[in-house]
Amino acid sequence: MDNLLKIDNGETVKRSDIPQLSFDVFRRELLDFAVNGGQIVHYFAYEDDGVLKVMAVLRNDDGLYVTGSDVAETYHALTADCEKFHMFEREIAEQYGVRPYDHPWLKHVRYHANYRNREDVFGNDYSQDIPGNYDYFPVEGEAIHEVAVGPVHAGIIEPGHFRFQCIGEEVLHLEIQLGYQHRGVEKMMLEVPRKRMPVIVEGIAGDTAIGHSLCYAQAIESLGSVAVDEGARIVRSIALELERIANHTGDLGALSGDVAFNPPAAYFGRLRGEFLNLLMVLSGNRFGKGLVRPGGVAYSMGQEQRQLLIDKIKETKPEVEHVCDLLFTAHTVQARFDLTGTVDRETAEKLGLVGYSGRASGLAYDARVSFPTECYAGLPANMNNKTDGDVASRATVRREEIEHSFLLIETLLAKNVETESVLAGECKLAPSSFVVTINEGWRGEISHCLLTGAGGEILRYKVKDPSFHNWTGLAMSLRNQGISDFPLCNKSFNLSYCGFDL
Amino acid sequence: MLKIIQNRMEQGCRTSKYPKTPITLNKRYRGLPKIHKNCPASLMKKCADLCPQDAIDADNGLIDLGRCVFCGQCETLSKGDFVQFTQNFELGVAKKEHLLTNGNLPKLAENAKKHFKKLFGRSLQLRQVSAAGCNSCEADTNVLNTPFFDLARFGIQFVASPRHADGIHVTGPISRNMQAALLTTYEAVPAPKIVIASGSCSISGGPFRGSPDVVGDLNSLLPVDLYIPGCPPHPLTTLHALLNYFK
Repeated sequence: MDNLLKIDNGETVKRSDIPQLSFDVFRRELLDFAVNGGQIVHYFAYEDDGVLKVMAVLRNDDGLYVTGSDVAETYHALTADCEKFHMFEREIAEQYGVRPYDHPWLKHVRYHANYRNREDVFGNDYSQDIPGNYDYFPVEGEAIHEVAVGPVHAGIIEPGHFRFQCIGEEVLHLEIQLGYQHRGVEKMMLEVPRKRMPVIVEGIAGDTAIGHSLCYAQAIESLGSVAVDEGARIVRSIALELERIANHTGDLGALSGDVAFNPPAAYFGRLRGEFLNLLMVLSGNRFGKGLVRPGGVAYSMGQEQRQLLIDKIKETKPEVEHVCDLLFTAHTVQARFDLTGTVDRETAEKLGLVGYSGRASGLAYDARVSFPTECYAGLPANMNNKTDGDVASRATVRREEIEHSFLLIETLLAKNVETESVLAGECKLAPSSFVVTINEGWRGEISHCLLTGAGGEILRYKVKDPSFHNWTGLAMSLRNQGISDFPLCNKSFNLSYCGFDL
Repeated sequence: MLKIIQNRMEQGCRTSKYPKTPITLNKRYRGLPKIHKNCPASLMKKCADLCPQDAIDADNGLIDLGRCVFCGQCETLSKGDFVQFTQNFELGVAKKEHLLTNGNLPKLAENAKKHFKKLFGRSLQLRQVSAAGCNSCEADTNVLNTPFFDLARFGIQFVASPRHADGIHVTGPISRNMQAALLTTYEAVPAPKIVIASGSCSISGGPFRGSPDVVGDLNSLLPVDLYIPGCPPHPLTTLHALLNYFK
């Protein structure tokens, strides 16, 4: 595999060591990799000395790889041969104005002008409101009707537009139009001073502040050769697991509310707050903002914090178990969860679903096991027992992950290691280098990719939230479902709008 | 049924007694900053340089709470000699100029519009609009509906339709792609109507200030009545602001 460079998670490599293939070879190599069970971590474009290039980060059971190529203004879409590339190619077309021909569904992703002032691939005039020059995918026929929801939804949630094509109550097709949350994160990362970056990264998806800031911090630490003490690694791992527990308990409560079973909704809603408050014990912020900084953590964990965590975990663990038991043994809940919103394994594999959405469909991938960072190499892995791809499976996987996260936190809290706190400082980044960092956030694989130029400046900052893969999974789960099951399916995935929109 | 009763017993009643009984938050929580103006000017300057939000006015010893994300770096750097964050979560203000503070905020209740209290004091319905919020402001607003905060006991509710609402509660730096939807929602609310800017993003653009893809300042689009600082505001900050402004 000379055409692919094998790399480690968080390893800085010289950009000159990354293979630069001719586009034909690059295309063939990627397709070979993808159709043989490999998955795409990143596939993005960037400009280097005025030359437009593409780079791909790939993973399979054996490891992580990177490869690159120059790219012309138009090229033969990889999506024409393999679905795994479809969102990535749309993103490249939107960001750099490159047209992949034969792409079966070339549609904008986030609705913004491209970075190079090129003619717009989608024919949009961006002074017009989203979705611009785009007619939603229609299903035609006498009994067909269309339901449009959003961008402003009925609850206190982020905006996005959902277009259902239905026959009676049955959904034939759901199209999800995002982009309403686009803030220009990737572009900002090239322009702002370094001191602003940690707070921007924490806002990529506020419910995943720890996950994204870990990816950022690890990238800067790798490129800047900054050492991190063991205590900080422990705190960062605990914070990532607390984030997971908080979100999973909140979502189990919301799922319960969506099937009108109110007691667990209330109990989980309250319990979620307990875990957010533990993040506050660590960091002073309920979402862990301000905690992770390049070089370690901004707030150390002393005996007082450790004891508060130990006591609270001991108190809440049985409560969570009991409420889970109440939820999962209720027949009315089972009747709604079972066989609802099924994404079969084959579809999940083709879409490259990650996190609990993937694991519930039988794709075991967990970045904490495959590409461990922080303390994960020394911690036990999780096993999932229900993998039917339906709402019940996604809910069960979350229940199992909560139990597993409790175990990890208890193990980590037992290690009595002192932590140093750090201030966000400046460090020089290795010039002409590349690094990719991957962490298993609560939704799944989060990854940041950082390319530096000859002076150590940031040439390209690429962010991928797990939602980038999984939104298409939600759309597929609605096929041939009753439209009234949408809230339930949606909550079982609970994807990030802003993490996708950047 | 038995399990429901068992769980009910175990959970007990969790609703907080706030505002009748004060709540003390964990000492790491960073609320209203206390500012020591007599500290060396060089230290103030250092803190201002370090601040990721450029929220510190070192010449006058002021912090812009509309920009601050309460990351606490200035407190760490100055070891509390310049800035010291207290556990006081009562941060809501009625006027934009009050956000630039030396650590003393004017009483919110005294700055509230009196006719709002009369109109909405007994029943307040709000439409929440997330305009590129990162979901932490949204989540910590939503949490007001959980048993601990139980917002409905004060006659305050978040409603689905702007037609049923008395005002809008806006989070996020207002992306260009949400501007039209936000304005349409505002127009759909019957007058007289309230505009609440919640979180650093909707007040100043927050971490995303300066991006050409966001508007950044809600006040530049709509007349804001109530500002709730934070990144995100603690649920109690929001609760305090709503109770003091409208009750």
